[in-house]
Order: sequence, then structure tokens, then C-alpha cells
Amino acid sequence: MEAFAHNFLNINVLIRTHGFLITGLFMTLRLIGFSLILAMAWGLFLSVVRNVHLPGLNTFIVFYVDTLRSLPILVLLMLIYYALPFVGIQVPAFTAAVLALSLNGGAYYAEIFRAGIEAIHRGQTEAARTLGLNYIQTMRHVILPQAIRVVLPPLTTNTLEFIKATAAASVVALPDILRQASQAMNSTFNPTPLTGALVLYLLICLPLVQLIRRFENN
Amino acid sequence: MSGLAEIGKYFFDPQLMVKALPTLANGLWVTVKVSVTIMGVGFGVGLFLAILRALDLKYIGKPLRFLIDVYADVLRASPYLVLVTIVYYGAPFLGVRFSPFWATVATFGACLSAFAEEIFRGGIEAIDKGQIEAARASGLSNFQTLWYVVLPWAVMVSVPPLTNRTIAITKAVSLASAITLPELLKQARHLQAIYANPTPLVEAAIIYVLLFFPLVRFSLYLEKRMGSSG
Repeated sequence: MEAFAHNFLNINVLIRTHGFLITGLFMTLRLIGFSLILAMAWGLFLSVVRNVHLPGLNTFIVFYVDTLRSLPILVLLMLIYYALPFVGIQVPAFTAAVLALSLNGGAYYAEIFRAGIEAIHRGQTEAARTLGLNYIQTMRHVILPQAIRVVLPPLTTNTLEFIKATAAASVVALPDILRQASQAMNSTFNPTPLTGALVLYLLICLPLVQLIRRFENN
Repeated sequence: MSGLAEIGKYFFDPQLMVKALPTLANGLWVTVKVSVTIMGVGFGVGLFLAILRALDLKYIGKPLRFLIDVYADVLRASPYLVLVTIVYYGAPFLGVRFSPFWATVATFGACLSAFAEEIFRGGIEAIDKGQIEAARASGLSNFQTLWYVVLPWAVMVSVPPLTNRTIAITKAVSLASAITLPELLKQARHLQAIYANPTPLVEAAIIYVLLFFPLVRFSLYLEKRMGSSG
């Protein structure tokens, strides 16, 4: 028990290394901010375009979505970060992480938004169009506000998984929470900073888990 | 044109693809082995916890339920990579040393069990109360009702969300390359370093897509057919 407290709950180590964790936290928050917005926008765009039902384009979108859902995020990230430089495309770690997370996350969000759009009765689109709204206006003012409400539970679940996946960015040396904590562990020979990293992630993610619980109980 | 030639040389070198295949196959085998073990642990522990929760034991029922909820919430809220780093690099400080294989199984198995417990619990709670009353009225004990009436149904409705979750976790096993588990991605990175050519990485990506594309499709089909989602 004492060994556990010394190695995982060591206040002295935590005080000495809190700077690492805080810089890491800001990096992770920045990563989440950028990539989450891009992933959602990309997913929304794909689902709206898909709903136009252009035959060739739809096949392509379905193929894109299913391929990206089949590819582990870390594989995609490594392709972008380690493979692209060989053909002359150097991408900084942060951009690579945002790109990988957005391309991957967009595929998941596209599926969710599509389900939401399809859940809204076609008659509403027809009514809105008859009233003189164009396609974009119909989507923006009539369909999407309802669709997003319908898919709020899977949207939350997916966002939780998305945020958890951002920790993968530490593998390409992005100084995020996990990377900084690992470095702090190596310089202090004490894994307490990893506990700190876990606590920071829990602070971000537990509210979402509670929200998911509430959706499930209703 | 030189751009296309570069892409061919560095991403799709056919000779290298053939040369890399045996090592990648080894990596894939490790991925499959570790994933199957994770599924065994995850489903087993998850079902056990869900049953424990549903039994509503005297006196300890309430605190037990609370503990199971905390276990499920914390593990669902933690990134796999953080947990596996703690288990692999942190545990040796306590004198416990896991091999990369067992560190991966312990971490991902625990995470899958948390999701599985919640999914099974949902299935158990969703059953029509009339069925339980009928089973009790025909003389089955509390446990017999759970075992013969509630569970078969609960497990069946859990199949689609559980399939989703299992696919997600199996894909996430690639994160264990960070703790040197010699799975598919790790082997691909290793070959890339040896040959100074990312073709093996591209090949691994193709293998992942070939493997998971049908599974992703299958899970969508299950969801549609059984009308539930995870």
C-alpha cells in the first residue's frame, strides 16, 4: 500500500511536475478543440451532401465512410506523419493529429448525422421546399435542428470516444497530456504523473459518461 | 509524373510488399490472438458484473451496484493509451512486470468488460416485467429466472452494440504498438525503419481495411436488423 502511494499518489512528485501536466493539458484541449470542430463540420457536410442522392457521389461517400471506420486512428496518423514525408509532404505533429482525427471522426459523425436526417419525415422537406426554401435553407432551418436533437445520444457517445482517441497523438511526439506525463515520469523515476494524466482525462470525460447514462435511463 | 513514380516507389513497392508479408502476417496473428483473449476477458467479466448487479444481493447489493457503476464509468472515460501506459510502465514500480501481451489484455479486457457490463445491464433492464413475474409464478427461483429467462434474452439483444464495441476495441489494439506489442502496426513500423520505405505501413493499412471493412458492414447490418444501436 505504501509502495502504491509512493509511486502513484506522490504529492511531492506531482508538485514538482505539475508544469508538465498543465502544458500538456492545454495542448490536449487545443487538439480537441480544433479537431472536434473540423470532424463535426466534415461529418455534417458529408451527410448533407449524401442526402442529395447523387448516385456516383454517394457511392464514394459510403466507401469513404466505411473505409475510414475500418482504419485504426493510429494507423491513419502514422500514414500522415511518417509516410507522407517520403513523397515530400512534411506535416507538423499537431497538423497531422488534427488531420487524422478529423478525417476519421468525420466518417463517424457522417453516419450519425445521416441517421438523424433520415429520421425526419420526408414530408417536412417537401413542405419546406414548397414554401420556397432552397435545399440549403431547408436543411439549415428545418431538418438539421430536429435531426441533431434526435441523434444527441449517439453524438455524445461518439464525442467521448473521439476525445479519448486524441491521446493517440502522443505517439507522434505531440506534447499532449500523456506525452508530458510520460516525460515527467522518466525524469522523476516515479509514475505519479501518469495518475495525474488519467485524472485530467477523467475530469474531461466523466461528465460525458454521466450524460450518456442519463440518455440511457430515459 | 515524377510525383506518381515517387508514390509508387514509397507507398506501393510490389517487391517490398511481398517481402514484408510474412512479418506482417506474424503481426496480424498477434493482433488476432490478443483480440480474442480480450474478448474472452471482456465478455466474461462484463457478464459476471451485470449478473452480480442484477441479483440485487441482500445488504451488499447497494454498495456493490455503486462500485460496479464507478468501475464502468471510470474505465469508459479513460483513454486506452493512458491506461495501457500505466499498466505497462507503471506496474513495474510496484514490482509487477507485465509482458506487452498481458498488459494489453489486462487493459483492453477491463475496458471491454466495462462496456459489456453496461450493455448487458441495459439488456437485463429492458426485459418485459411480465416475463419475470410469469417465471416467478411458475416456481422458478430468483436466480433461475435470471439464468433461464432474463439472460438469454438480454444477451441476444446485446449482440449488435457488443459487436460495435468489440470492433472498436480490436481496432484500438493497434495502440498497444506504443508498449512494443509486436502486433500488425508495430511490425509495419519496424519494417518501415529497416527498409527506409513506408510501403509496409501502407500494406498494414490495407490489411486493416480488408479485415474490418466487412466487420463494420456486418455490424451496421446487425443494427438495422435488430433495431438497436450502441
